Amino acid sequence: MFEVDNLSRNGLPLVSLRLEPGELVCLRGPSGCGKTQLLRSLVDLDCNQGQVRLQGEARESVPPTLWRKRVALLPAESRWWSATVAEHFPEGDIESLAELGFDADTAGWQVDRLSSGEKQRLALLRVLANHPDVLLLDEPTANLDAENISRVEDLVRRYLDDTQASCLWVSHDRSQCDRIAARTLEMSSAGLQVSG
Amino acid sequence: MIELSSVDLGLAALLVVALALTSLRVYPGMASQLLIAGLRTLIQLTLIGLVLKSLFESASLLWVALLSLIMLAVAGREVMARQHRRFAGVWGYGLGVVSMFISSFTIALFALFVVVGNEPWYQPQYAIPLLGMLLGNTMNGIALALDRLTQSAWEQRDVIEARLMLGYSSQEAVSDIRQHVFRSGLIPIINAMAAAGIVSLPGMMTGQILAGAEPVEAVKYQIMIMFLITGGAGFGTLAAVHLGVKRLFDDRERLRLDRLKR
Repeated sequence: MFEVDNLSRNGLPLVSLRLEPGELVCLRGPSGCGKTQLLRSLVDLDCNQGQVRLQGEARESVPPTLWRKRVALLPAESRWWSATVAEHFPEGDIESLAELGFDADTAGWQVDRLSSGEKQRLALLRVLANHPDVLLLDEPTANLDAENISRVEDLVRRYLDDTQASCLWVSHDRSQCDRIAARTLEMSSAGLQVSG
Repeated sequence: MIELSSVDLGLAALLVVALALTSLRVYPGMASQLLIAGLRTLIQLTLIGLVLKSLFESASLLWVALLSLIMLAVAGREVMARQHRRFAGVWGYGLGVVSMFISSFTIALFALFVVVGNEPWYQPQYAIPLLGMLLGNTMNGIALALDRLTQSAWEQRDVIEARLMLGYSSQEAVSDIRQHVFRSGLIPIINAMAAAGIVSLPGMMTGQILAGAEPVEAVKYQIMIMFLITGGAGFGTLAAVHLGVKRLFDDRERLRLDRLKR
């Protein structure tokens, strides 16, 4: 279980939330209300206060590098720094390529020839390569067509079922939230509210 | 040695003035900078000549130490001023000073005690020029490296944070930046060593030869100085990059660009 109690940082309302094992929860809210900031705080990329625990373990007791592998953030815009796709993966080894509609030779592709949709899907595979216990996805299907949206949704759903990991999924699309999530959290300047 | 009169210096100064006047029309910004820098050279060197003269006469450890510290403080200010995005607060100044102190002072002491071995070891005729050359070159290396480090961290913050998000350590997240940064600090001295004697005759050796020293002896001094300078600039840059990278991240391995001056 992933537990967040009274998380606070500058310009953000107090946030508390729980994610059960295998659970997918959607997070909605108007642009600029702090969804991305919240995700960044959960992986401890920005200074913040409050208790965050994973399977009963406080984050302070976990080294930050290990914490960010177990609680993984997929940012809305991915960054690539080496020449080929494979160089961004541990041991150059990419799992689940076919499930997101890629060929096996994708690993050798040049990064600067990737489309934004390809980058987004490959970035998800890159995050999953760390086998995280909690997935924090910031609009992971924003650049995708309908076919790839359902591929990504299926892959994440299957990953959660197989590993009992939890997922917090930021989406602007109400029908997507209804489709994939048991619960949807509405974020506003007042804080988080449960809906749906 | 042939002594220079004020007229001789004035003739040389005419060159700078002539250059300033010539460039006034097309490059108006440079003319005043040239004149101001020339004036600074005149005043600063005249003063240091007088200071060194009285220092050589007194030859006391206290005065040598005091002048060394003043040189260090000014060099620290210079390192700070040359940085586009320096660290905020005391770190902006302290980082350069500490790195320069560690490398330049240690190496100057090493040279005075072990290599030159004169009596007393702080004899200002050796100590001050040695330290001056070390500080000057170390200052260049550190200023270049720190400027490059903070600038690169700022420009590539998205990539650095993307790596942190994937569980990279702070050291791993900036390892490629570090390579460039260290290189930029060392390139001037490596170039100077590579070109010495073929393309350029280094200033110190030339000075000794002008003063009537035996060329072979002057060359030996120059070789020693080149190696000392390389050590000073190299270890100083190593220290500055190490401390700078440490300061860029906190204990939870977050990239802390808020620690840079905006």
